Amino acid sequence: MRSTRNLKKRQNGVAFLFLSPWLIGFTLLTLGPILGSLYLSFTDYDLFSKPEWTGLDNYARLMGGDPRYLQSLKVTLGYVLFSVPLKLGFALFIALILNRGLRGLGFYRSVFYLPSLLGGSVAVALMWRQIFSYDGIINHFLWTYLGYDAPSWITNPDYALGTLVLLAAWQFGAPMVIFLAGLKQIPQDMYDAAAIDGARPVQQFFFVTIPLLTPIIFFNFVMQTIGAFQAFTPSYIISDGTGGPADSTLFYTLYLYEQAFTNFEMGYASAIAWVLVAIIAAATSVSFLTAKYWVHYGDEG
Amino acid sequence: MTDMTDTTTLRAEPAIRPVRPRARLWMHAFLILFGIVMLYPLVWLAVSSFKPSGIIFSDTSIIPRHFEWENYARGWAGVAAPFKTFFLNSFVISGLAVIGNCLSCSFVAYAFARLDFSFKKPLFALMLMTIMLPVHATLIPQYVLFNAFGWINTILPIVTPKFLAVEAFFIFLMIQFIRGIPRELDEAAAIDGAGPIRIYFAVILPLMSPALVTTAVFSFLWTYEDFLSPLIYLTSIENYVVPQGLRLLQAARGSSSWGPMLAMSLLSLVPMFIVFFVFQRKLIDGIATTGLKG
Repeated sequence: MRSTRNLKKRQNGVAFLFLSPWLIGFTLLTLGPILGSLYLSFTDYDLFSKPEWTGLDNYARLMGGDPRYLQSLKVTLGYVLFSVPLKLGFALFIALILNRGLRGLGFYRSVFYLPSLLGGSVAVALMWRQIFSYDGIINHFLWTYLGYDAPSWITNPDYALGTLVLLAAWQFGAPMVIFLAGLKQIPQDMYDAAAIDGARPVQQFFFVTIPLLTPIIFFNFVMQTIGAFQAFTPSYIISDGTGGPADSTLFYTLYLYEQAFTNFEMGYASAIAWVLVAIIAAATSVSFLTAKYWVHYGDEG
Repeated sequence: MTDMTDTTTLRAEPAIRPVRPRARLWMHAFLILFGIVMLYPLVWLAVSSFKPSGIIFSDTSIIPRHFEWENYARGWAGVAAPFKTFFLNSFVISGLAVIGNCLSCSFVAYAFARLDFSFKKPLFALMLMTIMLPVHATLIPQYVLFNAFGWINTILPIVTPKFLAVEAFFIFLMIQFIRGIPRELDEAAAIDGAGPIRIYFAVILPLMSPALVTTAVFSFLWTYEDFLSPLIYLTSIENYVVPQGLRLLQAARGSSSWGPMLAMSLLSLVPMFIVFFVFQRKLIDGIATTGLKG
């Protein structure tokens, strides 16, 4: 049955009326600014005087002339490289246990999910800072039970980034919920068939569970990587707004913020922002390109 | 895991084999222990907020000897402005964000899901692309624009984008939802003479309340905990939101301010706890079905 003619014909007038918030928002707050920041990235601009065209100067400065920028890049790459696998590892591990049909699944799921709900807040970052400070609760345990006189994790450049990685890992709840949903999608038949073929539980895990879960692993990996590159609040709060000690927690976004809104180097900051967009786009593309080698989609047979 | 099943029998084992009682006990023990470790920081925060500043670090017991309300009183009085102001500002901004996202995104989603118009495909593709766009791509020119409008130190730069459907993720979520509403309902209304506007208000909007609730919950949480936008746009203390108020307490220093800072940190999490407990299912389903970042 065809739908009534009334609904079939073009409804441009009324449709664009409904679309109008997005059309305005997209033009004024997304497309315009994207082009604007591309332009600004080739200029010297301090917000108060007119932007001055400087060609590729800003990008040249990024490539070698700015050690703090390179430091922020290094710190952020380290953070992404360690926090994403750690977080996904926890998420998958706990999801697998929770998927064994235990009682109280809803309760456990809520408990493990809660930190990831609160984790992005300033309050939690402040709490983390206290817990890992020299006289914090972690060191108290280490001293009382292990007799280990631990350093101040927050103010030691060797460890400060580690506390941020742990804070990210602590928030494994959201990807865990997604893994759990994915595990429930794996059809019983697959396991039955594997069992009939004589697959032991360990083999079932490696040849049924993991392959069928790869689309979810891939999705979580991409989303968490994109998110990790953009992390800001924890670095700002834990380093007291400085990226310290010794720039060891100078996240990319924190340096961008500093250049744009503390030094008002808006042109340079735009170049920094564009490189971030390019890095994220590249990381995502590489993930998608490698996906065909390890991600199995059900319909491939 | 040890396995005693006799593999010579051809009876297929059930997929996720029922875990044997002893193993199940171990799993529960592990999950409970791990859960305690996970929640310990939050418990520590709650307990410490009731301890006098001087003994927060020396006294590590989990049961406070007596409740010290002083931290809350001093924290609430705030630095330079009372915390009441920060909470009010936060609630106004988050409330407007909820209204803005629910209204604007549902309009746009309705157009994409149900109406036929020129350039629909390319516009839809553009909309999807903006979901993945890092905020930093637009941050600086947006600031320049809002500065030109004279909007710095007002809530407008934070709230206006929500009324212009900039958080395209919610549009996508709602499109998916509307597609699940049977078209026959629209058609019945159309036969009764309703136009697209009437259909939106009388048929679609009432039926999409589950998607609106999900949008409202996540809009509230994300706006409430957002730190970067207020940091950039809200410059005078009487306009600060809660995260900035906490930052003030952190900057105030002095070991005597630990107590008030922890007290206000805990208090700032209370609205999020409430949302969590009331909308638990909604949150978890929202993440599980759409991959929303938590």
